Amino acid sequence: MRPINADESINIIGAWTLFTREVRRFLKVKMQTIVTPALTAMLYLVIFRYAMGTRQVPGMAVDYFSFLVPGLAMMAMLQNAFANTSSSIIMGKVMGMHIYLLMAPLSAIEVVVAFLAAAVVRALVVAVVFLAVLSPFVDLHLLHPEVILLYGLCGSIIMGGLGLIGGIWARDFDHVAMVSNFVILPLTFLSGVFYSVKQLPPLWQQINHANPFFYLIDGFRYGFLGTGDTDPYASMLVVIATALITTLVCWQLWRTGWRMKE
Amino acid sequence: MTALAINGLSKFYDNGNQALCDVSLDIPEGSFYALLGPNGAGKSTLINILADTVRASSGAIMLFGHDMLTERSWCKRRIGVVPQEVAFDPFFTPREVLAFTSGMFGCRPDFDWIDALLARLELIDHAKKNTRQLSGGMRRRLLVAQALVHRPKLVILDEPTAGVDVELRRRLWDFMRELNAAGTTILLTTHYLDEAEELCDHVAIIDRGKLLTARPMQEMMREIASSYLWLNYDKPVELSADVVEKLVDFEPRLSDEGVCLKLGRQQNGSTFHRAYQAAVASFGAPLDAGVRREDLEDVFLRLTGKPEHHHMVDEGNNASD
Repeated sequence: MRPINADESINIIGAWTLFTREVRRFLKVKMQTIVTPALTAMLYLVIFRYAMGTRQVPGMAVDYFSFLVPGLAMMAMLQNAFANTSSSIIMGKVMGMHIYLLMAPLSAIEVVVAFLAAAVVRALVVAVVFLAVLSPFVDLHLLHPEVILLYGLCGSIIMGGLGLIGGIWARDFDHVAMVSNFVILPLTFLSGVFYSVKQLPPLWQQINHANPFFYLIDGFRYGFLGTGDTDPYASMLVVIATALITTLVCWQLWRTGWRMKE
Repeated sequence: MTALAINGLSKFYDNGNQALCDVSLDIPEGSFYALLGPNGAGKSTLINILADTVRASSGAIMLFGHDMLTERSWCKRRIGVVPQEVAFDPFFTPREVLAFTSGMFGCRPDFDWIDALLARLELIDHAKKNTRQLSGGMRRRLLVAQALVHRPKLVILDEPTAGVDVELRRRLWDFMRELNAAGTTILLTTHYLDEAEELCDHVAIIDRGKLLTARPMQEMMREIASSYLWLNYDKPVELSADVVEKLVDFEPRLSDEGVCLKLGRQQNGSTFHRAYQAAVASFGAPLDAGVRREDLEDVFLRLTGKPEHHHMVDEGNNASD
């Protein structure tokens, strides 16, 4: 694309506006988008706290409670990043608002970056609220903040991207619910949030290693506990690459207008 | 200068329907252009291609000399579209909607202009309500404000007055005329042909995806529209083969106005006299008679082959006068 003049080649104001719109959208319904996920994570925590007591996690020098907290925070981040992009796109499509996005002078990369950035913000807000509420009751250690940040960021980008792809693919709310309930939910639940893979029989351990979310949760948890089921620095490359690929797929889909334009 | 040059535009949908077939159209800068056609003629497809919500199968579009395909962003910043469907983000107020739209088009929100638009479209008292609380007419006006918020040079209105009451429609048109006078090029589709005739200086008619005619409104009315003599009788009148034979020069037909005799494009005294004499000779003296010039609706119906005096019904719209 030939830029006409420097001022108009990139629509920074446009991308920023889309980003703030997406952020304000979830802030307008914060009970549903922030308080509820934080509360759900808290409930899991309370339940497992009393079910498991102060038991240690096998193979790790940590108690089950400390083990659970980072995993639940990451799970909430992943699910919310997915929900933010997928709900926005499908709502626009079902209600007919998506045409304003198509009519705006925004390039595919501007649209994708704005959507993903908003998904990351929602994920971060949810995680911070969850951890802040929890901080009086649990000893939180941020042993490797750079690992926490990187996994949090990449995880949100991957899930925000999957939400975007799901939203673009879906024709109605049911389609999005299908992806969310049959793909995202099982993958996050079976990713080692509630257990260490070392507790599993060998076959299930292998299956778990094939679940991409496992690496996200495990790496994120390593940032807090300094211990995990995998080497977080080796997984890091995989996670960064996955985030990049997801972004590229989103960009390519938006560029072609697949399922968005007739 | 040409504001919009459409060249050989075609659109096939995936289901094989051809919505547009090799349409070429030049819209002069500063014109108020009516794009007319029956339902399903391809008007909305054409507008949706311009709005970039539908992809063209082939053809080229130039906006003020810039290619829509390769300089899309440049072009989009200069187009404002009022879509047919009314839909708003349910989370925001009209003022927020306008500020967001403005930003998406790369302009920092200019709240003086936004409030001026809201005031002009009589929405200022509702600026802080949620868009869900607005009435149908208000939402439609908000759509118009939304299309104008980035001060486009070409405004495209897809049936902006469907479902809008007469009074409001008149005020909306006043506003559009003002914009047009200030140099904005306007492309309009509407089913209110009397309004199109009054407002627009150019007209194009499409039917079944094909362009039938495109010319200045005056030229259209001068060259395509013809005059006819109508004669009203207090008794039933029949056009027997014999009578048709006698009146063949005047293409006689019956309508709810009575007997209609075509006078040709240039109304001229002697034609009128001959037609009147011939009618009196065949049917006797009429109760009432007059000469009427075809209006845009008559021309439209004649060109698109729709039955005479079959008034178009706006789908989902009962608010017409």
